[in-house]
Amino acid sequence: MKAAVVVFPGSNCDRDLAVAFRAAGFDVQMVWHKDADLPAGVDIVGIPGGFSYGDYLRCGAIAAQSTICGAIKIHAERGGYILGVCNGFQVLTETGLLPGALLRNAGLKYICRTVGLRVETSASIFTEGYNAGDVIGIPIAHHDGNYFADEETIARLKGEDRVAFRYAENPNGSRDDIAGILSPNRRVLGMMPHPERAADPGHGGTDGVALFRAMAGALTEA
Amino acid sequence: MKARVHVMLKQGVLDPQGEAVRHALGAMGFAGVKGVRQGKVIELDLVEGTGEDQVRDMCEKLLANTVIESYTIEMEQMG
Repeated sequence: MKAAVVVFPGSNCDRDLAVAFRAAGFDVQMVWHKDADLPAGVDIVGIPGGFSYGDYLRCGAIAAQSTICGAIKIHAERGGYILGVCNGFQVLTETGLLPGALLRNAGLKYICRTVGLRVETSASIFTEGYNAGDVIGIPIAHHDGNYFADEETIARLKGEDRVAFRYAENPNGSRDDIAGILSPNRRVLGMMPHPERAADPGHGGTDGVALFRAMAGALTEA
Repeated sequence: MKARVHVMLKQGVLDPQGEAVRHALGAMGFAGVKGVRQGKVIELDLVEGTGEDQVRDMCEKLLANTVIESYTIEMEQMG
């Protein structure tokens, strides 16, 4: 099974994400934002954290217009899997692959610490390694992680069981404590917390490992 | 020809930066401010013949995120 990790100018979690994918057994290739195509046979695309294009205009806005994002949209339309972490989540909302937007944290501060994250659904290849209701410790590191969507969108996300993770204690003002959401076909996950930063004993926590292992398990069977 | 695009967070979307500015003004003794909303202004220097409809397209596709932001366009003929 193959993963591609996208690198934008200003990405800074791309190699961490690649290491976590590799540790779970993926073949990982890095792809540059100017690439027109994804490598052949890619099962999952990882969109990493960081500050793509310096967060100019809006976080993820310029990245969403990059050449590689055209290929990522085609991958999504074909039913391909995508994991967007932090800035990757912002990019996914800016491309329209996930609904809503990420606003400046309500407290205006950049927050960098491990938070409790409640797994809301195990019905996805990303979360099936957890039980719904599990609270896991995953680091966050963001200035603009305050999830916003209109009431109708929030209701739809809840009704379709598409909220993947909620904060146990809301750190940033996100509506409905939302930390991560799934696409309608459940194959695209965007989340502000960094599972790749809790994927090795050296990180001080390994609660993110189950996410990468579950993806590997599901895609091996496929 | 220039265009000036004003981008603001929509009503109903919390603007924590505006709120912080309001707070600071109050602390400085400016008691006359009920609320502050902070937005941005983007100036476009346009090639002759670029119309407002194209600027609107730019707003929809890049300059504003219409999930959270509204925008207005001012077209300005330079003398």
